[in-house]
Amino acid sequence: MHEMSIVMSIMETVEKECRKQQADEVESIELDIGMISGVEMEAFYFAWDAGTAKSILQKTTLKINRPPAKAECTVCGKTFIAQSSFDACPECGNPFCSIISGKELRIKRIVVIKN
Amino acid sequence: MCMTCGCGNTTENNILIAKPGKINPEELSIMQERHPEQTHLHHHHHDQEMHQHTAHTQAKTVVELEQDILQSNNLMAMQNRGFFEAKNILALNMVSSPGSGKTSFLEKTLSDLKGKIPFYVIEGDQQTFQDAQRIKIIGTPVIQINTGHGCHLDSDMIHKALKKLEPGENSVVMIENVGNLVCPALFDLGENIRIVLFSVTEGDDKPIKYPDMFQSANICVINKIDLLPYVDFNVDNAKKYAMQVNHHLKFFEVSATTGKGMDQWYDWLKKERAKKK
Repeated sequence: MHEMSIVMSIMETVEKECRKQQADEVESIELDIGMISGVEMEAFYFAWDAGTAKSILQKTTLKINRPPAKAECTVCGKTFIAQSSFDACPECGNPFCSIISGKELRIKRIVVIKN
Repeated sequence: MCMTCGCGNTTENNILIAKPGKINPEELSIMQERHPEQTHLHHHHHDQEMHQHTAHTQAKTVVELEQDILQSNNLMAMQNRGFFEAKNILALNMVSSPGSGKTSFLEKTLSDLKGKIPFYVIEGDQQTFQDAQRIKIIGTPVIQINTGHGCHLDSDMIHKALKKLEPGENSVVMIENVGNLVCPALFDLGENIRIVLFSVTEGDDKPIKYPDMFQSANICVINKIDLLPYVDFNVDNAKKYAMQVNHHLKFFEVSATTGKGMDQWYDWLKKERAKKK
């Protein structure tokens, strides 16, 4: 259940940023969690609720973008949307493709409020 | 209780980093200050205060962070990597499901290369000093990390363990991660090379069932090949699946019990070490 570590890592960053901004509340947070980032969303939401309870993020609106997995064929160079990290190239059938996106784990932005 | 790793105010939940046979109350208190910020955060927030102020003008700020969620782990991993680089150390992170034979593979390697390569070992488990004891018997300096309820090692634990282990220059540091084929994939420890092990008793489709780990690894060790006559495991299929996930993987087929295939692994290890010089 590494999703809890991820939530805690987000909290740490946000808390640090709030001190820097002298903010009192976090209105919203926007995250990029790639489709093949290794994060199980159900576990993430569970961890989010449990981890942010009674914290500065308790009432924060959570927005999550899910960048799709994109792969590039190492033979014909075709880039395509992949369903998993081991899809074969739909053009030439080569099974060995490189993942070029979909592993994002990023805090895009937060909106903080200073009272 | 801290939700990151299960460490809390009660000592039984704390992360423990110690040499075998040297557990004392001092050790138990090491990780208690691990997440002071989070504790702070939980204790010092009062909704009431915020509501009292809503009548005043509020200033809203959009902060474009564009920051990796695991940035603090990645930064500490870079620090560890710098330490290894400065001391000319080759650091390997071994990951697998529980029971694939990480410790046996390690024991065999340490015994066979004793006197040839200076090794240091960091053992990661949720509980017990069992593995560290096994390594200590061989005579290799070892530190055990008990993660409590934590499912993976992180770079901060390795940082603390290295301070206690004090690995020498030109040595090889072997890190045995917590047996788990999912969570440790995301956590860079600062290692030079990641080795994923799986054994012939587990099924040859492990790589596509747990692709994240195989994708993050550099080396794939297929262990327990002495049992191949008794199990339904196709080595070629296993490699094919692993290559689909990560076509950069290098394979070793070994039996840590009989020693079969271990020489190729030793040759590779020696070459990697030579590259560091």
